[in-house]
Amino acid sequence: MSAPAGPRRYRWLALLPGVGMLAGVPFANRTQPYIFGLPPLLAWIVGWVLMTSVIMGAIWTLDSRRDRQDAQRP
Amino acid sequence: MNAALAVILAFFVLAITLGVLARRGRVMNLEQWSLGGRGFGTIFVFLLMAGEIYTTFTFLGGSGWAYGRGAPAFYILCYGAIAYSASYFLLPRIWRYAKEHALVSQADFFIKKYDSRPLGVLVALVSVIAIIPYLVLQLKGLGIIVSEASYGSISQPTAIWVGSVALVAFVVISGVRGSAWTAAVKDVMILVVAVFVGVYLPFHYYGGYGEMFAAIERAKPGFLLLPQSGMSVSWLISTVLLTAMGFYMWPHYFAATYTARDENIFRKNAVVLPIYQLVLLFVFFAGFAAVLQVTGLKGADADLSLLRVSKMTFSPWLVGFVGAAGVLTALVPGSMLLMTASTILAQNVYRELSPGADDRIISLVARGLVPIVALIAVILTLRGGSAIVPLLLMGYSLVTQLFPALILSIGGRPYASAAGALAGILAGELTVAYMTITGATLATLLPSAPQMVKDLNVGLVALIVNVVVLGVVSTLTARPAVAPALQSVDG
Repeated sequence: MSAPAGPRRYRWLALLPGVGMLAGVPFANRTQPYIFGLPPLLAWIVGWVLMTSVIMGAIWTLDSRRDRQDAQRP
Repeated sequence: MNAALAVILAFFVLAITLGVLARRGRVMNLEQWSLGGRGFGTIFVFLLMAGEIYTTFTFLGGSGWAYGRGAPAFYILCYGAIAYSASYFLLPRIWRYAKEHALVSQADFFIKKYDSRPLGVLVALVSVIAIIPYLVLQLKGLGIIVSEASYGSISQPTAIWVGSVALVAFVVISGVRGSAWTAAVKDVMILVVAVFVGVYLPFHYYGGYGEMFAAIERAKPGFLLLPQSGMSVSWLISTVLLTAMGFYMWPHYFAATYTARDENIFRKNAVVLPIYQLVLLFVFFAGFAAVLQVTGLKGADADLSLLRVSKMTFSPWLVGFVGAAGVLTALVPGSMLLMTASTILAQNVYRELSPGADDRIISLVARGLVPIVALIAVILTLRGGSAIVPLLLMGYSLVTQLFPALILSIGGRPYASAAGALAGILAGELTVAYMTITGATLATLLPSAPQMVKDLNVGLVALIVNVVVLGVVSTLTARPAVAPALQSVDG
């Protein structure tokens, strides 16, 4: 890869799925309330799996933009 | 022949035919056979990567855990998402380095990074020892699925023999291309079947998801919660972390990254695979639907819950589709495991023993080993019985021990010495073996520790031993020098 146009700090967002999902497990481990018909723990995990795709999509988009900027530099 | 068996056979023949045709007149050197000439695009890499999620373990085991254990099954959804978010950064580096140095196997990666052939032999042996029980598990699953879904008209040994012969045929002929084409059929099939049973069963028996979970909670209070002790919160967190670390350490999965044409493929896959993984949610739903409908499946028999509830709900035709999806979940990982074990034995063991062998010979040896490895797996499957269960449990722990040495070498020059990596892996593996044989857990090792500590996954102990030994030996020995080509690899 060519010289980066500054640090890609947004990449730290990739830690969020693991930390967020697991840190919330003790609090989501309960019987109520159901969310879309799912028990709280399952809903929490499914929510974070979806968030993982969203976060990685955002990082990919930002990375692609940076890569294009880097490619245009002399 | 009943209708279910006819459907299973039809899909079996379709998958094998596609697998054999996948070769399409290519000359098969080792790089073509094992890595598809490093030319796979997004779809094929996606299918190979997704192959790991839908093995017989997740298909039968995912529903079986939901049926037999309840909430602890949810861990299966967690580790994939974490591993995929890491893959965005990890896999492009592995791929780049592998391409630059024309690596074929996972062991090659360690040999090159640490400039150590003994380390390569150790990694190769660990890989094969971990692969064989995993392969046995796929064959066992195949036998169970076919005999259940054919209403007993085909015995398990017959199914295992027929399945293995077909596997050998298409692996020898087409290599990884065969796996990729078969995976395409499998993924469409499993998507349709999982979503269908996961939607139909809860609505048919309970009228909806909320109603289903409420009924389960009434009949079995606490079933949808992680228990206070045993498979508790700390068990789930430690297990998810360990499993996420082991995820890409599986040799067939690691080597599958080499098949990619460019590194952007991994970034796209890291975005899509977490969502795709949610298909497993429907497998859980089917398992939960069975809880109050199919009674009396205890212990390992819980894995039959999906097939049993399908049989009591659907006509044989539909049961055939469920069975066919199950058979495909055995064939695709089975073919990758078979091919990877043979490649490693040829590339990292045979080549070591006969240094004069050229690439043509290695390629022939690799393909010649396929039937031998398959035969060993079949014999173990038919004879092993319960003796292989500890081995199966060990597989994941064994490959996880490769993680510290890998992650310390990913940036360029390794942060550990070759002797350190070797000693660490060896110490970790011996700890895994000892604890598996003695059945040790943290509760037996630390009887007076708080419950939270006792419930931690015992695999952590081996990993800590590994890292400590690696650190101590590395400080006493020299790190590998910087190879000139490595300096441009960062990024």
